[in-house]
Amino acid sequence: MDLRRSMLFIPGNNPGMLQNGGVFGADSVILDLEDAVAPMEKDAARFLVAQALRTVDYGSSETVVRINPLDTFAAVDIKAIVPCCPDAILVPKVESAADIHQVAAMIAAAEKPDQTPVKIIALLETPCGIVEAYQIAKADPRVVALALGAEDYTAGLGAMRTKEGTEIFTARTIVINAAAAANVQSIDTPYTDANDEEGLLADTQLAKRLGFKGKLSINPRQIDVIHTVFNPSLNDIDWAQQVIHAIRKAEAEGSGVASLNGKMVDLPIVNRAERILHLAELLGLMGGEK
Amino acid sequence: MASITKTAQAGTLESSDVMITVAPGNQGSGIVIELESIVLAQYGEDIKIILEKTMKEQGVTDIYIKAVDRGALDCTICARTLAALSRAGAVLKEAII
Repeated sequence: MDLRRSMLFIPGNNPGMLQNGGVFGADSVILDLEDAVAPMEKDAARFLVAQALRTVDYGSSETVVRINPLDTFAAVDIKAIVPCCPDAILVPKVESAADIHQVAAMIAAAEKPDQTPVKIIALLETPCGIVEAYQIAKADPRVVALALGAEDYTAGLGAMRTKEGTEIFTARTIVINAAAAANVQSIDTPYTDANDEEGLLADTQLAKRLGFKGKLSINPRQIDVIHTVFNPSLNDIDWAQQVIHAIRKAEAEGSGVASLNGKMVDLPIVNRAERILHLAELLGLMGGEK
Repeated sequence: MASITKTAQAGTLESSDVMITVAPGNQGSGIVIELESIVLAQYGEDIKIILEKTMKEQGVTDIYIKAVDRGALDCTICARTLAALSRAGAVLKEAII
């Protein structure tokens, strides 16, 4: 399982930020060739991101490049960036499975023979993209996650973007459900007010409750809050360990169903507990226990 | 051999960046570099080596380069130089991009 609790956008034409992108501890860094780059600077950003991928140490962060949309510079972006071995390409404004097929073919054509296959993360930010979410998630084995881009989406709806996020509730749940059905991750839209830590906390907590596995981020200051929310709490870990203990004890006694504090423990509960313990182990939160 | 047909610029004067201006040189003039840098005393020669290496890799022989450096890393100097060359009309070697 790849951790994508936090995915931090870094402007693709800013050398100072590109060279320091690995120090913030984000699970993924997204080197951005799209919205963060002025139209006249797309070419220069492409050279800069290509060089950064080859030389900058991003530590344990996954390297993702957000390319430009398919109807603008996507083809030239993919041709320049894929041979520099990013872990994944974030494709903006995906609206159909056909878009993914097109991107996957371009990636395959640009990959070097010995290269680890480049993954695809589909950014859904239009009403059409939300409608097609499941087909997009299932379109190609390279697709590992669906991400929601709420700013463009609400503009497409003609709705006001609010801090409460009522207007994107349906889109959020559709993306989460489609991703889960296709067995890929779901990543929530960024919280765009970098100075509102309380708002970020509430929004991230909501995202986790709904089922998102991570959140896009537009400022390094947001990463700690996002990680705190998506990390399993000590109570979660304690509960999960009790569940596993209870089910193993029941199995040893010849029963497939156990009880914990008066509540039935069945397969979905065990699966949830195992996911929590797996995540805790990945994050080193198990206090030395393996 | 790559050649450029016009003057072009890439990069900015922000910290950690470098602004590269390239202009066609007369035939036989070689690679002429004019460098300003906040770290000229420490890294001036290294920056010139990167600029020359990038030109040679691209097969550019006669060119005037002005570089105003604000503490850019090697990869940034290389990227900005390639961008300036591309904007000046050079057909770059794909492997370098």
